[in-house]
Amino acid sequence: MAHHDTNLAAQAGDDLLEIAGQKLASRLFIGTAGYPSQGIMADSVRASGAEVVTASIRRVSLQGHGSDTFQKLKGKRFLPNTAGCETARDAIMTAELAREALDTTWIKVEVIGNRETLYPDVVELMEACRHLVDDGFTVLPYCNDDPVICERLADMGCAAVMPMGSLIGSGMGVANPANLELICRRSPVPVIVDAGIGTASDAVIAMELGAAACLINTAVAKADDPVRMAAAMRHAVEAGRLAHLAGRIPRRGRAEPSSPQLGLVGS
Amino acid sequence: MKLIVNGEPREHEAGNVAALFAIEAEERALPAEGIAIALNGRVVRRTDWAETPLSEGDRIEIVRAMQGG
Repeated sequence: MAHHDTNLAAQAGDDLLEIAGQKLASRLFIGTAGYPSQGIMADSVRASGAEVVTASIRRVSLQGHGSDTFQKLKGKRFLPNTAGCETARDAIMTAELAREALDTTWIKVEVIGNRETLYPDVVELMEACRHLVDDGFTVLPYCNDDPVICERLADMGCAAVMPMGSLIGSGMGVANPANLELICRRSPVPVIVDAGIGTASDAVIAMELGAAACLINTAVAKADDPVRMAAAMRHAVEAGRLAHLAGRIPRRGRAEPSSPQLGLVGS
Repeated sequence: MKLIVNGEPREHEAGNVAALFAIEAEERALPAEGIAIALNGRVVRRTDWAETPLSEGDRIEIVRAMQGG
């Protein structure tokens, strides 16, 4: 049994996620915002097993700042975002500042079209991504779960696409599984489900549908026990990925006995 | 010299971006890492801070990496 388990681990170890030539063993990207404390955030990141953590870029305030969050995340790969930007111009500026602040070309491009729904503004998003790709950034756009938009973004040179499972922070899971499956089946670049994951089963579903990874923040940060939820997400992403690779049985409308039909005891 | 720092008017004697950051960093208790500065809408690389002079009315953005999703 031990031998068999080792083989399974080795198999999973070979299944690396590759983004812009960077190989990642963990298919869970984790957000760093909204935790009860920085200590719990750091413990949650550790429990999640994630190698990629997101960050935002904000003006420093006059009030001063407390301890530095990022000392606790040394060794992780930062994926800064352009969260809160509403125009391509602001997103580009934020990306340029992020590249300088965190010394990375990776950028999660988020351009919001509506403050209530936080839905992406696809027109501004496309413009920002085109500019940033041309400028040498490794662009990961947060986008609609629209197969055509995802295709356009990939064609443009984005390193991955990050379609929404459902609204940011909503915990509604994968709202349109048929769309997500279609996107995953057709995408030439990794599909990372971003936004909407509420609990472990949502992450499993996203991965079973063919997602290459999940980016999760609120579901972990706002759980009653973030560290435990981070561990649950780690297992969920792994379980969903394995199930996707293993290939599920077809659904059928009638029962199919699993035990042998011959040699039944009795008449 | 009057400068606009993060949208607010500030009186500064700093002659270049490096000097300005040294003053602001002390006042705002900023960390040394995870910081970026833009001058009039253009990012100034850290290696260029000392050679980038400031003039009256310049708009400076000082940002830092923070928690995010």
